[in-house]
Amino acid sequence: MSGEVIIELHNIYKRYYIGQPNELEILHGIDLTVRKGEFVSIVGASGSGKSTLMNIIGVLDRPTEGQYTLSNVDVSAAKDKELSHIRNEKIGFVFQTYNLIPRTSALKNVELPMMYNRKSPSYRRERAKELLSMVDMEERMQHTPDELSGGQKQRVAIARALANNPSIILADEPTGALDSSTGRMIMDLFHKLHREQGITIILITHSNELAEETERILTLKDGVITGERRGSAYVS
Amino acid sequence: MFLDNIGIALTALKSNKLRSLLTMLGIVIGISAVIAIMIVGDAVNSSVMDTFNNIGANSVSFYLSEKEFEDESDYVYRDRKQSDMISEEMLTDVNEHFKGKLDKIILNTTVGQASVSEKNKNASVTITGMNAAAISSKKLKMLEGRPLGSRDFSSSAKTALISDKAAKKLCGNNFNAIVGKPLEAMLDNKMFTFTIVGVYEYQKDSSIFGSSDSESTALYIPLRTAFSLSNSDISFGMFEIEASDGVDQATLTDDIERYINDHYYKNNNLYRIEAVNLQSILEESKGAIDKIKIAIAAIAAISLLVGGIGVMNIMIVSITERTREIGTRKALGAENSSIRMQFITEAIVICVIGGILGILIGNGLGALASKLLIHKAGTASVSAVAGCVLFSMAFGVFFGYYPANKAAKLNPIDALRYE
Repeated sequence: MSGEVIIELHNIYKRYYIGQPNELEILHGIDLTVRKGEFVSIVGASGSGKSTLMNIIGVLDRPTEGQYTLSNVDVSAAKDKELSHIRNEKIGFVFQTYNLIPRTSALKNVELPMMYNRKSPSYRRERAKELLSMVDMEERMQHTPDELSGGQKQRVAIARALANNPSIILADEPTGALDSSTGRMIMDLFHKLHREQGITIILITHSNELAEETERILTLKDGVITGERRGSAYVS
Repeated sequence: MFLDNIGIALTALKSNKLRSLLTMLGIVIGISAVIAIMIVGDAVNSSVMDTFNNIGANSVSFYLSEKEFEDESDYVYRDRKQSDMISEEMLTDVNEHFKGKLDKIILNTTVGQASVSEKNKNASVTITGMNAAAISSKKLKMLEGRPLGSRDFSSSAKTALISDKAAKKLCGNNFNAIVGKPLEAMLDNKMFTFTIVGVYEYQKDSSIFGSSDSESTALYIPLRTAFSLSNSDISFGMFEIEASDGVDQATLTDDIERYINDHYYKNNNLYRIEAVNLQSILEESKGAIDKIKIAIAAIAAISLLVGGIGVMNIMIVSITERTREIGTRKALGAENSSIRMQFITEAIVICVIGGILGILIGNGLGALASKLLIHKAGTASVSAVAGCVLFSMAFGVFFGYYPANKAAKLNPIDALRYE
């Protein structure tokens, strides 16, 4: 663990229905450090707080308490607009359900984060083509999501996540909706991006098998990190 | 970004063609109604203007008319007597009294229907006596010969102008054959001989009240000659005036009316002089058209309002359907303002497309309706078209803002999880 610290969560709490009788505490003081270039997985049963933690790491949500430093910037109390910029520039999301924009070509989907970053249309187009060929989707860049298979959609989604050269890829159950061989292909793509481009990846999964392939495995149980170990099948 | 938003909006509209079209319908109907009524209103207005200009909206007519009595029992009917009529002395007096303000007094009298004949060919004419002002206000176009001159008027000469229509019946297209020649006219079984000095071009009276094209055309003769034919005193049931340049016509009209009534009709137990200002009739008819325009515009406004609410409704539906898409966009870094702009743009695109369709349909309907009404197809003015497009855009902003703002404020996590 040599790279600089990119994510630092300190004593993060997340509560819902604050002050009401049914107040609910999902995360009970999470401490987590991720260094640049790491491939980390977070495993845990459903209801363990995985999604809440991922929302906080991805600045889709704010912690109720605690400090979150992302690339040396304290984002715990940032405004909505600043959070939008952080999501846009520093984080690439890959969802279980792909979340491609319907009726919109693969190319346009990949261009989206760059559009919100106010890049010129010609730059967007070139960069999107480059990314799509990197995930072997250049043949189908004019296709709309409903003309693509699950694995193809996920590859477009990964290309889209990489559009603005983010510091981190946040992948939430990226293979959850895919059959095992397609899921294998997506995992291989993550490994390739990690190995060849040194991209920091945080993989959220409930599959121990996939988690074993990562550098470091964090186990989340009832809102607390209960374990941390090296992946047994990780090949550096 | 703006072009991107238009692209996104068009994609969304294309994916729901029927829904988009139905949504636009209210706007289409509203805008087309506005455009159509504007075209028809303007066309009818200009046609009324033309008509009144033809018959001289600049002139004011004074008629001999019955007095109005507050007490009905004071009213006793009797025929007009020679002493009730407008006499030549009155008019000379008026002319003197309003010298400078009054440009001219137009006088004419219809003697009667007559049959003119030339080498066994007949034509029907209406013998009409005119003073010089009356002839000049007719703005006759002479095809052959000369117009009536001052010597004709002063000497009560039996000279006359005939229409080309009547002349054709007598001598074909060779008008030369008739000019300068005497022509016999049979009026009330009496024979009169006139010297034709010129042939004028007959103009059909065309107006919104329909066009009249009577068989009998006017044979214009000097005013005094006309009275001498019937051996009657020179008197009139009406006369027209035209004000000098720069003189307020309405004031002059009131002054003349008061002057004549005070000096000549004060003691008359039944008759008075009443001015009928064509300008005021014109204003009145314009006012009536404007009222109809406002009424239809109000109906159009209701249609537009309903259409606008329809747009708002469909935007809310569309945003609900696309909640996950909004969540995804936010996760990818869209600011709230970007989402708001996206949906406002979509509402504007719907309204502007609806507006343009409305303008096209309204133009078609307006052209058709004005063609049927006044036989002339009108088109919408550029300013009306530009106004409608701008209005549609404003409409989109107005009715799109609430749904768009709703979308912009969505919590990204809730939006992403939305099923």
